[in-house]
Amino acid sequence: MIRPHRTHALWYAFILHRISGIALALFLPVHFYTLALALTDPERLDGFFQWTELAVVKFAEFGLVFLLALHMFGGLRLMALEWLPWSDRQKTLAAGAAAVSFLISGVFLLRAI
Amino acid sequence: MSSDPDELEVSVWRGDNTSGQFEDFRVPAQENQTILDVVSWIQQHRDPTLSYRYACRVGMCGSCAMMVNGVPRWTCRTHVKVALKDNRVSIGPLRNLPVIKDLATDMDPFFDKWVTAEGMHHPSKTRDDAIEQIDPEDGARLEANKGIECINCSVCYAACDTVAGNDDYLGPAALQRAWTLYNDAKDAGKQTILEAVSGTGGCHNCHSQGSCSHYCPNDLNPMAAIAGLKRATALSFFKGRK
Repeated sequence: MIRPHRTHALWYAFILHRISGIALALFLPVHFYTLALALTDPERLDGFFQWTELAVVKFAEFGLVFLLALHMFGGLRLMALEWLPWSDRQKTLAAGAAAVSFLISGVFLLRAI
Repeated sequence: MSSDPDELEVSVWRGDNTSGQFEDFRVPAQENQTILDVVSWIQQHRDPTLSYRYACRVGMCGSCAMMVNGVPRWTCRTHVKVALKDNRVSIGPLRNLPVIKDLATDMDPFFDKWVTAEGMHHPSKTRDDAIEQIDPEDGARLEANKGIECINCSVCYAACDTVAGNDDYLGPAALQRAWTLYNDAKDAGKQTILEAVSGTGGCHNCHSQGSCSHYCPNDLNPMAAIAGLKRATALSFFKGRK
């Protein structure tokens, strides 16, 4: 539950970074397992590729790319926050990270459909 | 309860550190009225046993901070109209601190952590030495100046989720004090400070959620101070000092 004291931009940036990190940690083993099918069971991999043509899967991939980009740009913001001279534009940088992530994932979706 | 516009519907936390509940009061609405005015009215006109803490009433002493509608605020400088939702407001004791009674919290853990963070002056001279001249435009002095208006109200401490999840975490105010002293040319304890803030409950626990800076009533930026400590402790580590 988002309690009242958490309703501000940088807390949302924090929780999105955490959620995207957990989601990617869950995704990566599945991703590597699927890639490994190229060596162990190519026919099954082809079947998987056919499954990825479904619209709902393409939309899920959009979400995945969005989370990946969000985690990367949000992480870059945090590294800059901790290692570079301080900038007061943290909210702008967090919003920028979300906007660029949406742009990248949106382009990915448009190319996929 | 009625929704009479001439009255505010106020829920006030009653209890101690072991148990308690919100108690509802109706308070006459005024054109100009702070949350502290509301609490004082209840104590003076409805229940003299209500416990709370305040002193200066003008935002200088840092005594009167409370949770107002779930958000930490200095109540003497918080206008009721800012906090009111549907003519209602809830007022509770500061988060992350033990409750003594009702709205009064035990501030000892908060101040103890200032000491743990070496948030005290480490003299560099004796009374026989000449007073050190300080350049007000010096970069470190300007950095120190950013934190000196802290009034120890504990609003940042109450807003911090890292404090809530880690009893050892020194918290934004103590770490900001440490950063201020670290940048003070008259403080001789720089390495002592770095060692104090890089331990188990130190600056590296901060998740940069920014609630401290968001709610600081004096518009200070403890998150920036903690980031400064993270850089200073890391540089000290890579230089082999610890």
